[in-house]
Amino acid sequence: MLKYISKRVFYAFVMLFVLSMVVYLIFGLVPIDPAKLSCGTHCNPVVVEANRHRLGLDIPLWHQWWNFIMGLFQGRTYGEGAAMIHCPAPAFGYSFPNNACVTEVMAGAFPFTFTLAVGAFILWMTIGISFGILAARKKGTYIDRLSTAFVLIGSSLPIFILGLLIYITAFLLHLIDPITQGTWVSPLSDPIGFFRNFIFAWITLALAYAAIYTRLTRSNVIETSTEDYIRTARAKGVAERDVLYRHNLRTALAPLITNAGLDFGGLLGGAIITERVFQLPGLGYMSIKAVLRDYDLPLIMGTTLLAAAFFIFFNLIVDIAYAYLDPRVRLN
Amino acid sequence: MSHLLEVKNLSVAFPTEDGLVQATDDLSFHVDLGETLAIVGESGSGKSVSSMAIMGLHNPKSTQISGQVLISSLGHSTDVVTASSEEVRRLRGGTVSMIFQDPMSALHPYFTIGNQISEAWLLHNDGTKADARKKAIEMLDLVGISDASNRVDAYPHQFSGGMRQRVMIAMALVNHPKILIADEPTTALDVTVQAQILKLLKDMQHEFNMAVILITHDLGVVAEVADRVNVMYAGRLVEEGSVNEIYKNPVHPYTIGLLASVPRVDQAHGTRLKTIPGQPPSLISLPGGCAFEPRCEFAKFVPGNLCKTTRPQVEEKHTGHLARCHLSAAEIKAHQ
Repeated sequence: MLKYISKRVFYAFVMLFVLSMVVYLIFGLVPIDPAKLSCGTHCNPVVVEANRHRLGLDIPLWHQWWNFIMGLFQGRTYGEGAAMIHCPAPAFGYSFPNNACVTEVMAGAFPFTFTLAVGAFILWMTIGISFGILAARKKGTYIDRLSTAFVLIGSSLPIFILGLLIYITAFLLHLIDPITQGTWVSPLSDPIGFFRNFIFAWITLALAYAAIYTRLTRSNVIETSTEDYIRTARAKGVAERDVLYRHNLRTALAPLITNAGLDFGGLLGGAIITERVFQLPGLGYMSIKAVLRDYDLPLIMGTTLLAAAFFIFFNLIVDIAYAYLDPRVRLN
Repeated sequence: MSHLLEVKNLSVAFPTEDGLVQATDDLSFHVDLGETLAIVGESGSGKSVSSMAIMGLHNPKSTQISGQVLISSLGHSTDVVTASSEEVRRLRGGTVSMIFQDPMSALHPYFTIGNQISEAWLLHNDGTKADARKKAIEMLDLVGISDASNRVDAYPHQFSGGMRQRVMIAMALVNHPKILIADEPTTALDVTVQAQILKLLKDMQHEFNMAVILITHDLGVVAEVADRVNVMYAGRLVEEGSVNEIYKNPVHPYTIGLLASVPRVDQAHGTRLKTIPGQPPSLISLPGGCAFEPRCEFAKFVPGNLCKTTRPQVEEKHTGHLARCHLSAAEIKAHQ
């Protein structure tokens, strides 16, 4: 088991390392010059070159990449003397449009994304799994048909329409205030304000994801119920309830861990549309701003790598969880 | 005297979009303590369906069941067809146990075998988990699994097919059932392992003094272990008798055909194997007469259209030897 885990962890690091190279290469090839962007439209070429040097962009791409990697562990210092900027480790670079280190910008946005992801995750797993089990148990009845309708609507309605519908409804019911919406309130000092900030975004994401989990749970439970070992359980006198909760769900829900881990890991990189609709300044909102408005390459790079790191990390968690659950994986 | 298990006029049907599938039709038989009844027949003849009905394992929503399945236990007789689901659940794994065809998929892959056997014991006995574990080890030892006290914590995928069937048998017998239904227990196994499992079943039968219902389509197996045989065709019982009677004096044309189609070692080299012409009928809208009539070589000896129009009843052809045929044993013998 330990060997299995250490192997997975090693692969995860290799993947991140290679990924940073690829991302760096892509951004080196993009026809955007951060040095030029750093000093406005009518800029003196001398200043541009000075900025280029200050940002460490006048050296070969591989060397820039190496500095970037070192910066992650040691922090980075740009320029000298009065104009010196220092970004402590882990430094992802310096964002001129925000006049701040990328790490700082991301750290400001992360609580929004994290809260959104966790709340939505809890909500959608609860709805999806319970509705899925219910639909499987009542297969063929109106509850089952209701679940099919839910799955169809939830998975085919684009999230920006679903989000807008919910936003407008909440607004018309005076449950959402567009002026204060999206300013961070601590859940400790003002729990109601905290929930008001997030609840509709949670519902939006949860409805979209719960549809998929309802379908998965339903079909997995139904499929498992035809397995021979379920018949064995009945044959030895296990009551229907325990056949479902002890014998069936154990195998039926295991594959959901894969989906859950990857979906959650993906969401931690930022829910672009939902954050935008609900004015939540999370990682997704921030990266879309960096891409469309600021051409802020260091910030885009930072969010890309962070999102990838979350994804890879939760992939790792999924592998370990699966091995824990399924002895066939664990013992081979 | 009442039998340990008595099946009376059992009919099991599944409504489908294409019509009602009559899986078993007016089936009656009985089993007594200590004996082995073999039920033989081809796929779809209703062998497994009737055994599932004895266990009360059919989903009542998608199955139509009529008739009686009477199980005597402690001087009390329960009709599985009409009993409450809780009553049937208590019988299952306690008084009646079952082992299945494919031991590869019949054990839960996520639980240790000890856990699965313990669960079966705990469902029917009051005791602690430690007692159950002890019982599981004892049973594993009994069915010939070496080093049982260590292997009890192994998972099914760490066992071979034959070993898994032994585990299944240990699980089925942990509550000392009166009836063991073995649904093609050796079909998925190697021939050498088959012999071991059959021997084990025989040993266990003596050990626990129980009735065994062996469902199989392997006539060699039947000859070896069974006391009595039920031959089924298209959901109906066509012949019933002792193994000796059935093998020496088969009186139903289907049984005759079945026995003739078994390859024999003493057969002359190059002889073609006999087959029964045609296909078994669809179980939706069976013919009104004898289900075997379209394939029967003897139907032409029956006067008129009797085989096509009238369904033969089960009749005693010799003492204790029943068959569902319009011809008498002597007539069959004469035309053979």
